[in-house]
Amino acid sequence: MSFLHLLIVFPIFAVAIIPIIAKAVPRLHLGWAILAVPIFLFISFITFVPQISANETIAAAISWIPALDLHFAVYLDGLSLIFALLITGVGSLVVFYSIYYLSKERESLPHFYSYLMLFMGAMLGVVLTDNLMVLYLFWELTSVSSFLLIAFWYRRRKSQYGAQKSFLITVGGGIAMLMGFIMLQVMSGTTSIQEIISMRNSIQDHELFIPALVLILLGAFTKSAQFPFHIWLPDAMEAPTPVSAYLHSATMVKAGLFLVARFTPVFGGEATWFWLVSGVGIFTMFWGALFAMKQKDLKALLAYSTISQLGLIMSLFGLGSAALNGGADTDSVVYTTAIFVGLFHLVNHSTFKGALFMIVGIIDHGVGTRDIRKLGGLITLMPITFTLAVISSFSMAGMPPFNGFLSKEMFFTATLTATELSIFNMDTLGVVFPGLALIGSIFTFTYSTILVFRTFTGNYQREKLEKEPHEASIGLLISPIILCSLVVLLFFFPNQLSRFLLAPAMNGILPSYAGAEDFIPHIYAWHGFNTELFMTLGVVAGGFLLFKKYNLWKEVYDLFPSRISLDNGYRQILSISESTSNRFTNFYMTGFLRHYLFYIYAFLITVVGGTLFITGSFVLNTANDAPIGIYEALLVIIMGSAAVSILFTKSRMTATLLNGVLGYCIAIFFVLFRAPDLALTQLVVETVTTVLFLLCFYHLPEWSKEDRNLKVRIPKIIISASTGALTVLIALSVQGNRLFESISSYFEESYELAGGRNIVNTILGDFRALDTMLEVVVLFIAGIGVYTLIKVKAQDGGDSDERK
Amino acid sequence: METLITLLVGVLVSTATYLLLSKNLIRIVLGTAILSHAVHLLLMTMGGLKGGSVPILDDGTETYTDALPQALILTAIVIGFAVTAFFLVLVYRTYQSVGTDNLNEMRGSKDE
Repeated sequence: MSFLHLLIVFPIFAVAIIPIIAKAVPRLHLGWAILAVPIFLFISFITFVPQISANETIAAAISWIPALDLHFAVYLDGLSLIFALLITGVGSLVVFYSIYYLSKERESLPHFYSYLMLFMGAMLGVVLTDNLMVLYLFWELTSVSSFLLIAFWYRRRKSQYGAQKSFLITVGGGIAMLMGFIMLQVMSGTTSIQEIISMRNSIQDHELFIPALVLILLGAFTKSAQFPFHIWLPDAMEAPTPVSAYLHSATMVKAGLFLVARFTPVFGGEATWFWLVSGVGIFTMFWGALFAMKQKDLKALLAYSTISQLGLIMSLFGLGSAALNGGADTDSVVYTTAIFVGLFHLVNHSTFKGALFMIVGIIDHGVGTRDIRKLGGLITLMPITFTLAVISSFSMAGMPPFNGFLSKEMFFTATLTATELSIFNMDTLGVVFPGLALIGSIFTFTYSTILVFRTFTGNYQREKLEKEPHEASIGLLISPIILCSLVVLLFFFPNQLSRFLLAPAMNGILPSYAGAEDFIPHIYAWHGFNTELFMTLGVVAGGFLLFKKYNLWKEVYDLFPSRISLDNGYRQILSISESTSNRFTNFYMTGFLRHYLFYIYAFLITVVGGTLFITGSFVLNTANDAPIGIYEALLVIIMGSAAVSILFTKSRMTATLLNGVLGYCIAIFFVLFRAPDLALTQLVVETVTTVLFLLCFYHLPEWSKEDRNLKVRIPKIIISASTGALTVLIALSVQGNRLFESISSYFEESYELAGGRNIVNTILGDFRALDTMLEVVVLFIAGIGVYTLIKVKAQDGGDSDERK
Repeated sequence: METLITLLVGVLVSTATYLLLSKNLIRIVLGTAILSHAVHLLLMTMGGLKGGSVPILDDGTETYTDALPQALILTAIVIGFAVTAFFLVLVYRTYQSVGTDNLNEMRGSKDE
């Protein structure tokens, strides 16, 4: 077990001690104890930076189920390290923030931190493992912990709805991804991602290659809330704000991006991959930005903005994958920039979006609402929050001097470069990318300004706020302050980040380019008057105009009919699947015992009878049969006719007596077959049973007639006749096939072994004494049952209570 | 002999199954009782019939019939009796509280 393994399981083990700490130190806010975990992990991962930036990778494996090629294999390269640092770094800040955000008295903190730590471990597992199946396991674990965290306030109906929605969509995508993984394993014969990457050329022409690609992308798109699966993210905002900041903007939703980046060396260069990833990405960017402007709830606005930004990064990964078409050469190195920018923006997004969520949390905390229509004029009341909001939103809008500006400019560069591609019809269709990028960025600018100015300037409306607004406590402010200073720092020192983290990650995504010239672009804040700069100026002008004329623009949303929305579609699918499964279940769960018995018997007859028929095991061997005596023949005739007559009797009395006839005949058979003990027991039991039946009749009405119509009778006749026939066939086959010697001769030593001459008695009382004792226990239980059923009557009042 | 008894078992099983598929509770209980008769006979037959004398050790006897099925059947008879008795009382109690011994009428009752 390597150090990396320990780092992954550490937060999961921490879950185990959370209840102990909560019990032992009830006065402490649990967050303080938990804070040590992500900080320790963050520092541990920092220590890997020198090694990784020297382009080394670390791999280790623990054998789990070797027969299935399942190993808990870990692999740390630049890509994993960026994610690991984000997970633990943002994780530390979020835990710290939550200490001041969640009240110790009112919230169930042990639950909260358990789920959070579970998520952290799962997420680290996703980014650090090298085994497909282990990746899938951790992937679904993140969905589960996200479900638990969204439903943290589980009494709210909206939380339940949001949790279920996110779970259904992400796990559905996860299952698709699993199928894709299995296909990959079938093609390559291994579950190690790195081995699959090295086999890229040999599996490319396999017929499962494209299906696997599409299925894996389904997993990535659902997780990263790409169109049309983005609908779960706005509903996930019912989670406590620290969770939204952590899972639903900085880490979990980026798992899909991670997956795309991780599999770029396998699928990159393929036209399907290029168009799916970049097309879905750029459209999601546009769509999310468009709807972010419409939102009235600050968190919903941020949710749509996250969707849009994830789409932006996704499209960059898609565009960059074109570099892998036809092998690495110096001409195509320019397209790798897109992936570099994607990684850069991924880091930037985590900083400013994490800060924005925390700021919205502060506003919500301090004012009691997140509704833009009620907010306004908070600038004088919350000056620090305002400053932080300006920094983070203008970074999101792509303004200098913040890190968002750099990545936004480079995003434009990448889309412009992409139009020069000569493959995948990009020379004609390519113009879509800069176009949508420009429009999406204008919208982004607009909603960023809405976020800042509608909240902090304008009319202060005290009467609409639930609480007296005040600046947040320093504890709440520290985390967003750290993130905002990163926003500024990264603007001034982007190349340091590039050297230590982005460059090694690039080598992980595009191993064939490692070391090529211009592979790692230098990031400049100023690169002269070029198209990108004019695009930015256009964004500012357009965005500002849109902000001013927002009332006119609002009409645009009326063009989308409210009845035909994706959300409605989701609800329709859900209710249709519910009603269909309901109908299907009600179709066979009729509530008639007879129907259930039909299923059981039909299954038995088909499976056992079918096996008997297919394997041809039926044997009829009468050679060892004993001769038939006159008594036996008579008895058989009597029993057969008695049995059949039961079916036709009108009176229950006759039926019981006929049953008695059967019982007594069997007793006589026992005599004939040299079983005196059995005969005696059978006689007694049969007598008592008949008496019991008669006793029961005293209390019950005469039995009603059975259904006479053929529709009921024919299936009954078929089932019962074939059950009888099947029994005969099996019994005859068993007698015909003596597979091994009888063990009965052992018991003939009963006098020496058990000191008894009656073999049957010694078996019951000595050899199998424990069985007999348990048999008595059964009798005893039945006796208790009989007694309770007769004697103990439920109180009328109590009984009706139970039924509620 | 064995084949003949096996056929008889088949007839008993058919009867029992037919009764089990009824809607009247007493018929169902009767069905289980007949099913246990059938099984007892089947067990007996499986061990081979009339292969020797009564399985009580005696100096003069060479072969005995198979004692193992007999022990099994003895247990089965007793358990079968317990189950039948319990079923009957269950039917009685059901009738007391639901007011019918017809399964079709019980369907959809709030105690279902």
